[in-house]
Order: sequence, then structure tokens, then C-alpha cells
Amino acid sequence: MAYSDKILEHYNNPRNVGSFDKTAPEVGTGLVGAPECGDVMKLQIQVNNEGVITDAKFKTFGCGSAIASSSLATEWLKGRTVDQALELKNTAIVEELNLPPIKIHCSVLAEDAIKAAVKDYLEKNNKEVPEVLTAGHHH
Amino acid sequence: MAVKTPIYMDNHATTPTDPRVVEAMLPYFTEVFGNAASRNHSFGWQAEEAVENARATIAKAINADSKEIVFTSGATESNNLAIKGIAEMYAEKGNHIITCVTEHKAVIDPCKKLERQGFDVTWLPVLPSGLIDLDALRAAITDKTILITIMHGNNEIGVIQPVDEIGAIAAEKGIVFHTDATQTVGKIPVDVKKSNIHLLSFSGHKLYGPKGVGVLYVRRRKPRVRVTPILDGGGHERGMRSGTLNVTGIVGLGKAVELCIQEMESDTKRLSGLRDHLRKRLLESIPESYENGDPNHKLPHSLNISFSFVEGESLLMGIAEVAVSSGSACTSASLEPSYVLKSLGLGDELAHSSIRFGLGRFTTKEEVDYVADKLISVVEKLREMSPLYEMHNEGIDLSKVEWAHH
Ligand SMILES: Cc1ncc(COP(=O)(O)O)c(C=O)c1O
Repeated sequence: MAYSDKILEHYNNPRNVGSFDKTAPEVGTGLVGAPECGDVMKLQIQVNNEGVITDAKFKTFGCGSAIASSSLATEWLKGRTVDQALELKNTAIVEELNLPPIKIHCSVLAEDAIKAAVKDYLEKNNKEVPEVLTAGHHH
Repeated sequence: MAVKTPIYMDNHATTPTDPRVVEAMLPYFTEVFGNAASRNHSFGWQAEEAVENARATIAKAINADSKEIVFTSGATESNNLAIKGIAEMYAEKGNHIITCVTEHKAVIDPCKKLERQGFDVTWLPVLPSGLIDLDALRAAITDKTILITIMHGNNEIGVIQPVDEIGAIAAEKGIVFHTDATQTVGKIPVDVKKSNIHLLSFSGHKLYGPKGVGVLYVRRRKPRVRVTPILDGGGHERGMRSGTLNVTGIVGLGKAVELCIQEMESDTKRLSGLRDHLRKRLLESIPESYENGDPNHKLPHSLNISFSFVEGESLLMGIAEVAVSSGSACTSASLEPSYVLKSLGLGDELAHSSIRFGLGRFTTKEEVDYVADKLISVVEKLREMSPLYEMHNEGIDLSKVEWAHH
């Protein structure tokens, strides 16, 4: 399968690879996927007192599209508030990276990782968790 | 020395046609283009002679008789003809077939179809080595067993099944033994008499011959084996496979087999040396990498390695100028990693992390070193990016993690 230039670009120069201390109160961590499905994403956000995401990092086990989706997600998260982060939809990732239909699940996983990271941050800081994050799994 | 890219190292999938084979085929497109079944003129006679020469060469290569060679369109057709043909021909004798879980789809799917039609199929598991357990084979045989179909060399892991022992068991019990030898003919010695093989399939394009031509060997004596044809028509190939013979393809296949036999000893020596070099470099330089399939029962040009904590498709992307294949299939159509690797008992993440290397007649030492260098650096880069590697380094047992399935 041929990859889009944007996927290749993220694969070759992934943004924000790394980890924060997951026990730190200002850090939210999302770990989604499963090795048997061939994708595991870890996405972390670092949030300041105003609720703004100041930094984001990821590590991904998965195909090039999964790596590119999470790399792009971390780029987009920086500077957003936590609420705005939840507005980030997988379709935007699909569009930006030109993901083919068989790779759409990679973008879904990135959206799930964002939600999981936000939820972790909110719960850790005893903040109200919006309903979208507590509803059952949506697949 | 600069290596020319792309590098082809996927010779289990197919091989390039040897230029000497192409040369042998050429006259049969334009000059000797007759129909081998035309009995009334020299065009037909010459085509027939060429076909019979190829038949004799191929028969000799597997220690068979010319009359036992049936030309087909390839191993898929040969496997179908063998399995369905025996099932139908011997239906009165019994309805039980024994095969194994690591077979190629061209054996698995015909068996599944027969299963749906009411046949009983035993799917033998394999040991972690990739080999079948001969005691399990013996135990699976019933008085209704009409066919044992076990492959010779595996296309993913290169493991060679003990066909001598399987043949001996089949002979003792009076059961027909078919083997899919697509990966072995021309690569390692194949002897249908010594191994008591009754039916054997292979394809031209895996041994430096053309695509779209293959063979089914059908034993004629001790015992005489008969198959019901799938294609009905002009009654070619002693009624077992109707259709005008693919003369150019058959000539190419004959030449390809001839070259493989001539060069088997030197090719084996050279390729196993290169393969061992590749294995050593990868396993020694990359911690937590594992070879799949028993190294002591393996085709000389085969190597399959799992690189823990990195996903196969992303690995392939990092070595885009090298053609190899991966046991991972990360598509929505199939999130399932290779069934062959899983049958060895590999965890899913290891099955997703595997690469198959298939060296070939035209592989060079420089190419092998280039591939090794490249992989070593890409695995390192991807592990830096891998949450699984990080968890492993933190001492977390990945098999005990509760993953959020989706
Ligand atoms: C073991 C085995 N059997 C059967 C086949 C099918 O061969 P073909 O596609 O030439 O019919 C292959 C090739 O993919 C193979 O490796």
C-alpha cells in the first residue's frame, strides 16, 4: 500500500515522542488499543492551572498510520483547553493525513487516546468528568 | 560498495524468472507455437516434444515417471485437484482427511469446503518448532481416513515437515499422502519414491520459472492413485486436467527445474551461508528478537524473526527500499496476525512483530548486510517510540495487562 506524503512525513519525523511522569497531577495519560490488534497508543497531556494543554507526548506500537495519527494528535493538542481537546474528532485526522478506509481505525484510536488522557487528568484532579467520557465504549 | 535498491528479499512469494529460463521459452511464443495436442503437423509435434522433454526433466528431478506429471496452472490448482479429486474419487472408502493448521490457504480452503460438504477434517496443530507431532498424526488416523495432506516446506517460516516419516505412516495404513511442495522443489531434494508421496504440488514461479504454470505429481504404481478431474474438456493430461497445454510455461518450468537441480548444491551452500549471516547479525544486535520455526528443520534461504515491541507494518515502512513481508496485517479487514505464527504459540504482539526474509539465487552479501544494518537502526528507532518497550523496561509483564479492547 502506498502511504500519503503526510503519513510518511510524520513517520520519518514523529513529533513529541516521549513520556511524562504519569503520577504527576498535571499529567493525564491515555493508554488504548491492544497488542493483539497490532496497535497500542499511549498519549499524555500536561495541563496548566488554566486548564490549557501546554505539552503533549506519545508512544505508539502500530503501523505507520497509527504512528502518524498519534503524532498529529499531540501537535494539535498543544495550546487547546481540555474542553477543546475533546472536540478533536478522528475525521479531522483522517482528512489531514489522507488515511485510506482500512486505516480509519488508527484515527479512532487516536481520538480514544485523547479522551482517555483527558479523563485521567480530570479524575486525578477531582474535576467533573463530562458524560461523553463516562459513557460506555462506543465501538 | 553501494547497493542497488530496491532490494528483493521476498523469494517465498515469488522469484524472478531466471534469464536462462526466459531464453529457453522465447522460441515457443513465435516459432514453435503449435498446440501440443495437434497430431497432424510439425507445429504440434514440436510443441509436444518440448512438453515431453520438460515432463521428463521434472519427473527425474523428483524421482517420478514422466507419465506421473500433470501440468496445471500452479500450486493452487494442483492442491485443489489433489484434495478435491481424492475426496470425490475415494468418497466410498471414507470421508476423513488429515491436514495441519500451518498449510497454505490453497490447502486450507479446499479442506474447509469439503468440511462444509460433510467431510471430516482433522486439523493437526504444530509444535512450537512448527513441526507436526507424528504421534498426533498416527492417533488421528481412522478407518475412514482417505487422505493425509501435509506440506513439505512452509511458506512463512520455512520449516520442513518430516515427509519421510509421514509417508511411511501413510503407506503402512494404506492412505493417500499428498504434499504441497511449492516451497521445496528445486530448493532441497525431493524424492517421491523414498518419501512414499502419492501426490505432490508445486508452482513454476517459486523456483525461478514463469508464473501460471505448475505440476501435480500423481503416482501410477504401488499404489495407483486416481483423482477426479475438476476441469472437464478435451481430456488432456490423461483426462486429469483438460485445457490446451501452456507450452511456453511448461518449457520454462522444465528449464527452471533443470537449473535448480544443477545448481542446488552450490545455491544451498551459498544461501544458507548468507541466511546464517543475516540471522546472526540480527539476533546478536537486536535484544528481544526471536527466530520463528525450528532452525534445524528449515529451508536454506528462509528466515523469520519477531522483533518484540515493534509492529511489523511500521517496520516495513522503515525499510521501504527492501521487499520483505510481515506477519502483521493491520487493516480493518483483518486485525488478525499470521495464523501460522499464532499456531506456533506466539503471543499476538510477537506475531505482529515478525518479518519474513526470503533469500534467493540473486541475493548478494552486500544486500544482506544492507538489510541487517537498516533493520537494526529501524528497530531501535521504533522501540524508542513503543509504549510496549517502555512498559517492558519498567518491568511490566505485557501478558498480564488488561488492554482496552475495541
Ligand atoms: C506453500 C504454497 N502453496 C501454494 C502456493 C500457491 O501457489 P500459486 O499461487 O502459484 O498457485 C504457494 C504460493 O503462494 C505456497 O507458498
